[in-house]
Amino acid sequence: MMRFMLLFSRQGKLRLQKWYTATAERDKKKMVRELMQIVLARKPKMCSFLEWRDLKIVYKRYASLYFCCAIEEHDNELITLEIIHRFVELLDKYFGSVCELDIIFNFEKAYFILDEFLMGGEIQDTSKKSVLKAIEQSDLLQEEDESPRSVLEEMGLA
Amino acid sequence: MSVDGPSYFLASLRRRMPAPIRLRELIRTIRTARTQAEEREMIQKECAAIRSSFREEDNTYRCRNVAKLLYMHMLGYPAHFGQLECLKLIASQKFTDKRIGYLGAMLLLDERQDVHLLMTNCIKNDLNHSTQYVQGLALCTLGCMGSSEMCRDLAGEVEKLLKTSNSYLRKKAALCAVHVIRKVPELMEMFLPATKNLLSEKNHGVLHTSVVLLTEMCERSPDMLAHFRKLVPQLVRILKNLIMSGYSPEHDVSGISDPFLQVRILRLLRILGKSDDDSSEAMNDILAQVATNTETSKNVGNAILYETVLTIMDIKSESGLRVLAINILGRFLLNNDKNIRYVALTSLLKTVQTDHNAVQRHRSTIVDCLKDLDVSIKRRAMELSFALVNGNNVRGMMKELLYFLDSCDPEFKADCASGVFLAAEKYAPSKRWHIDTVMRVLTTAGSYVRDDSVPNLIQLITNSVEMHAYTVQRLYKALLDDISQQPLVQVASWCIGEYGDLLLSGQCEEEEPIQVTEDEVLDVLEGLLASNLSTPVTRGYSLTAIMKLSTRFSSVNRIKKVVSVYGSSIDVELQQRAVEYNALFKKYDHMRPALLERMPIMEKTATNGPSEIVQTNGEAEPSAVEAKHPPPVAQPANQANDLLDLLGGNDVVPVIQTSMPTKPASAGGELLDLLGDLSLSGPAPAPSVPSSQPPFLLDGLSSQPLFNDIAPAGIPPMIAYNKNGLKIDFTFERANPNPNVAVITIHATNSTESEMTEFVFQAAVPKTFQLQLLSPSSNVVPALNQGSVTQVIRVLNPQKQQLRMRIKLTYTHKGSPVQDLSEVNNFPPQSWQ
Repeated sequence: MMRFMLLFSRQGKLRLQKWYTATAERDKKKMVRELMQIVLARKPKMCSFLEWRDLKIVYKRYASLYFCCAIEEHDNELITLEIIHRFVELLDKYFGSVCELDIIFNFEKAYFILDEFLMGGEIQDTSKKSVLKAIEQSDLLQEEDESPRSVLEEMGLA
Repeated sequence: MSVDGPSYFLASLRRRMPAPIRLRELIRTIRTARTQAEEREMIQKECAAIRSSFREEDNTYRCRNVAKLLYMHMLGYPAHFGQLECLKLIASQKFTDKRIGYLGAMLLLDERQDVHLLMTNCIKNDLNHSTQYVQGLALCTLGCMGSSEMCRDLAGEVEKLLKTSNSYLRKKAALCAVHVIRKVPELMEMFLPATKNLLSEKNHGVLHTSVVLLTEMCERSPDMLAHFRKLVPQLVRILKNLIMSGYSPEHDVSGISDPFLQVRILRLLRILGKSDDDSSEAMNDILAQVATNTETSKNVGNAILYETVLTIMDIKSESGLRVLAINILGRFLLNNDKNIRYVALTSLLKTVQTDHNAVQRHRSTIVDCLKDLDVSIKRRAMELSFALVNGNNVRGMMKELLYFLDSCDPEFKADCASGVFLAAEKYAPSKRWHIDTVMRVLTTAGSYVRDDSVPNLIQLITNSVEMHAYTVQRLYKALLDDISQQPLVQVASWCIGEYGDLLLSGQCEEEEPIQVTEDEVLDVLEGLLASNLSTPVTRGYSLTAIMKLSTRFSSVNRIKKVVSVYGSSIDVELQQRAVEYNALFKKYDHMRPALLERMPIMEKTATNGPSEIVQTNGEAEPSAVEAKHPPPVAQPANQANDLLDLLGGNDVVPVIQTSMPTKPASAGGELLDLLGDLSLSGPAPAPSVPSSQPPFLLDGLSSQPLFNDIAPAGIPPMIAYNKNGLKIDFTFERANPNPNVAVITIHATNSTESEMTEFVFQAAVPKTFQLQLLSPSSNVVPALNQGSVTQVIRVLNPQKQQLRMRIKLTYTHKGSPVQDLSEVNNFPPQSWQ
């Protein structure tokens, strides 16, 4: 299973963190700091995998964002790269040519998408269409929430 | 879309306070901060506003405020005061609130704090909600961060949802079940009925999550594993359909149909096929098919191939399939993509033990990877290279590896050096080659060599009798070049001390003998003593070497002077040595030649198991061939020889007692053990009295489960000797990991009226055995059975021959020395069978 996923910028700013195991806040901060340092120090020619503590780290850079996953010993690194790519594709489809700013200003949506794609460190659905549809429907539900208009508004008087 | 809505207008009619700013606006504002301090100020201001808003129990803006809090939390600021608000949001009826509430719960709530349990009821309700997206939120939260208590409470609901026909919910329930099982393994059973027809689903989401669920169950329970083996045909069918079916746009990735599902199925097959012939056979065809048909131009195809290879290697596949797998890995090694090369090396490392010959075919490619730019690839290539060294290719491989050692990063040097030593030890084609290789490592990576290599190398050199002159000459020359690398200096000092006479006499056959005078040699050694570069340990080596030369050189006066100077050295170790050596010159000069005699050949005690580099997450840890480092001021070799003579020379191995191990090398590893790398702190060096040691030195080491496992095998004790009031009992134990080792404890008691002092116990065994004596508890056997001296003997008996032993006892009783020899033949059969 995936233990956690981090998104961070080249400047070391965290943009998203999803933890699939119960970890103390203090430890999370320490691990994030450590990993960011290690990954940001890697040169472009190096491979996308590295060993860290007892985990395998799979990372890939998309424009200004690093997508960094920690997987377990018996997990497949190459397919994890594909998982990361799938997540980026989902974001891209949803935001329309996603860039870092989209994720900064709409971080909660990024989380919603991630939570529709992965759960407990495993893939929920391998169909892009299916995941995006669920998000779309949920967004509609959210809109319905906000829509009940007051009588005044209905009448155009407010 | 935003979390705030047009209701703000109405809200602002109600209040005098302005509406809390929107999330996006806050983000924008914070990003304008130019300094950390400015940002902090903004955050604090906003937090204060949020806090007061929470206090007012404002339902309208709670969602917006929590969202802002989550943003600030991501920036690293504390947000715990929002925890309860998340719970309130979850309890709200609005979907928007729930969405943010659950997100907040996952980010802010911690299962360590009881407050998280308040969620349980809400989740339970939401699991039964009429809207599937609400149910989805609940399942997701439970499945990501549910604590054991929550899982216990809600497992029933999850199980219900696992049986629903709604595939959206079913897939989520499956993963939620996985989490429940991980948290509370005992609950696994209750999900079993629901798994019945999971694989008949058409929906890929359900299929995928079901396979994950089945995998989790099989990994955790052998019973489940046996139960689910019957699914192999179905899994094979599903996999086949994926490969054979045409283009399916919904699941296609670069021309491959649902690679994620393929990989998971392959993994489940791996678990089901392991150690099961029938299952393995049933999947042979499909594995071959996947291995040959999968498109390899993109990463996704290679990901499937990788998983396939792992599966083939783990199950009981036929040899043709295994060769196919290794060839795939070989092709991976040539791939341009470094990620692929990396996984290839990792996999090859796993398979090199079982399919050694197949991997050998790719040796040259692997060696080429030593030159790769990537650190992880280099490390794996190095480990794999060492694993591939054998008698046939050792010369070529060593050349490559030594070249690698020269040019690699410092982080590799220690492991590489150890690996070279190990491989050289096992496969050296000649002694000369071995010594040259060792020299090369010492001179190029001398400072990275592990400390325990020094005694090993010394032993190697000692045992290569015909190479002594050559070795000491080369080491001497190396010293002239560079005295900064401590292991090199230590080994060199030791050799010069031992074989300095050969250096002088110019006896070297292998190369041009050098001309050197006694003074020059002593200059070098004294230089080491004085140099800032030398560590205290190295100085110890040098001083002892100088001392030894007093019987090999004629410049005794010079040596005497040096020794007496260091008698007042600040370094306590040096001082003690110098003082003792001084004493040797003065009072015990008659003993000096015997004490400083040439070292005898040391027999290696066996190591347990293969000495090879163990892959531990990239770190190479060779279980080095252990050897005892003999004390530089040895127990007079005479005594051992005496025992030898009396026992008729040929069939007995001289025992090196470790009762006086002064360890000039750094502590650790020397007091040998038959079971691998234990670092024991040996007794402090004492000139005449063996220090008190508990008989089992290893009891104190909590990190060594090996020795805590000593199971008394119920071997009856025996009386080995009983004469003149001195009785010696033997008690037995077996060291658990190695049944060939018998651990004997001797207990010496004295029934006479006066104590026996200066008690020394020695033993010798026939040639096929190996014996090690640890330090005795003391050397005084108190009178009238008031106490005993205990000592541990370890006997390695690989050929399971009948144990025989000759013992020699020396002690002083009532003022006169007593010596006795005896044979011990009455060992109980269990001690050597």
